Amino acid sequence: MKLKTKKLVLLSILTACAVILSYVEMLVPPLFPAVPGIKMGLANIITVFLLYKFSYKEAFLVALCRILIITLLFSNALTFIYSISGAVLSIAVMALLKKVNRFSTVGVSIAGAVFHNLAQVIVAALIMQTAEIVYYMAALTISGIIAGIAIGLLGSIFIKYSSKFKI
Amino acid sequence: MQKFKIKNDIILVVSLLLVALLVFSLFLAFAKNGKTVAVIKNGEETACYNIDEDLTIDITSANNQNNTLVIKDGKASIISASCPDKICVKHRSIKRVGETIVCLPNKVVIEIKE
Repeated sequence: MKLKTKKLVLLSILTACAVILSYVEMLVPPLFPAVPGIKMGLANIITVFLLYKFSYKEAFLVALCRILIITLLFSNALTFIYSISGAVLSIAVMALLKKVNRFSTVGVSIAGAVFHNLAQVIVAALIMQTAEIVYYMAALTISGIIAGIAIGLLGSIFIKYSSKFKI
Repeated sequence: MQKFKIKNDIILVVSLLLVALLVFSLFLAFAKNGKTVAVIKNGEETACYNIDEDLTIDITSANNQNNTLVIKDGKASIISASCPDKICVKHRSIKRVGETIVCLPNKVVIEIKE
């Protein structure tokens, strides 16, 4: 795939930003001890931005690189499986909603967040062989909606102001 | 055009919440109190205890990690563990069929069965 240098540099910088956002999130103590794996998903600001500025392909590419780097630096193979399934489902759903063009950026981000969590719950249920992890879905849906609103707002601000720069 | 999209967003949020609530209520409605406590290490059931018999037992998993399971008064809980986050310890005690306490780092699951 031939990439223009400018785009390549931009995507690389954004990948680095996503890694940093992901890392910064790790430093914050868990929000609800009862529910493991709840994060704000700050790196998804970049994902949402790329989805709208370019396409789901760029969004997924950067997300994939970010997940690889974070896993290699900080976590283990299990985390990788959780993260990548979350990313795949959430970007797929977001791309679909964006195509339908009936939801705002924030709405798309909300769906992305909720389905990201859903994917992780499904993977957890498969790995742990228990179906009752679905009980977590209630809390995760709510936190997904809140996170989706926050990330969506931040992402849309980023999109709006990025038009001032020539990309 | 933006107003019309925000209305759709709200519909989306409300339906997501309703679905989550529905799933949660369905699970709760069909829940019954269990009879046995199963210990599942790394996806394989390794032990099964009667929920009516009080006992305290240490579960050792890979890399010499451990969780302490307590069965008392018809409920099961984990009172201590070697994992860093201790989410399993903070979990409330379980008694309904299908309820689980999961220790992801140690790959241990306590599940209530019929």
